[in-house]
Amino acid sequence: MQLSGAASAAFWTIAAVAVVASLAVITLRNIFHAALFLVVSFLAMAGLFVTLSADFVAVVQVLIYAGAISILLIFALLLTREFQQGNSSNRLQAPGIFLGVLVFVTMTLVFLRTSWAPSIAPLASVPLLGPTTAPLAEVLFNKYVLPFEIASVLLLAAIIGALVLAKEEA
Amino acid sequence: MLAGLTHYLILGAIIFAIGLTGALIKKNVITVLMSIELMFNGVILTVLAFERFQTPGILTGQVFALFIITVAAAEVALGLALVIAVYRNRESVDVTTVSSMKG
Repeated sequence: MQLSGAASAAFWTIAAVAVVASLAVITLRNIFHAALFLVVSFLAMAGLFVTLSADFVAVVQVLIYAGAISILLIFALLLTREFQQGNSSNRLQAPGIFLGVLVFVTMTLVFLRTSWAPSIAPLASVPLLGPTTAPLAEVLFNKYVLPFEIASVLLLAAIIGALVLAKEEA
Repeated sequence: MLAGLTHYLILGAIIFAIGLTGALIKKNVITVLMSIELMFNGVILTVLAFERFQTPGILTGQVFALFIITVAAAEVALGLALVIAVYRNRESVDVTTVSSMKG
């Protein structure tokens, strides 16, 4: 199964932007520029999610990742004055790059050698380019309501933990 | 060339490997956290590609992607609170100097 011509054209352009932005995150000397390129990478990923007919996840990606997590990272950069230190590499540069390339080559070989036949025929109820908000709500609050509640407890624990850790000594 | 499942999987692998390399070779802890977020993004792209091409219509992959985003948000909030707490004590957040758990 393959995407249409327009979606494929969007895929190739957005994929190039995402890869260049991700490389810029780990190679730029200025950390603040690296954080801004991380925001570009998150927005490119949101575009890729739209080509995969996951429009609700794309909007959540923009809101949470490009909106909240990026601002948290930039706040931490400013609060700890990290940008004075720069974005240099430690002593493990050669083994680290070798390991990254090795992981990528292994995954690519596995992906190319597996024959990906679709597990099921496409359902007629969710059209492939239709909005997924209502079907997601039906699945999330009926079948996956327990992980949903556990995720809310997890977020509560994270909020309390972050408050306790970052609190000033009275 | 029309985009198929393997194109999305290889793109997810590229972004995951870039994030993995950044988490291993960088000295600045904020850069390490940014690289971990890149790894999360690669995984989310892989999960959504499997959902779209292998089981279209069954939205389990998208629910999984939502939970990955939730857990990543909680993790980065706690990680940054830790960074601020360590910076308050040690005045530096270089991963090569903050290497002893004493004090």
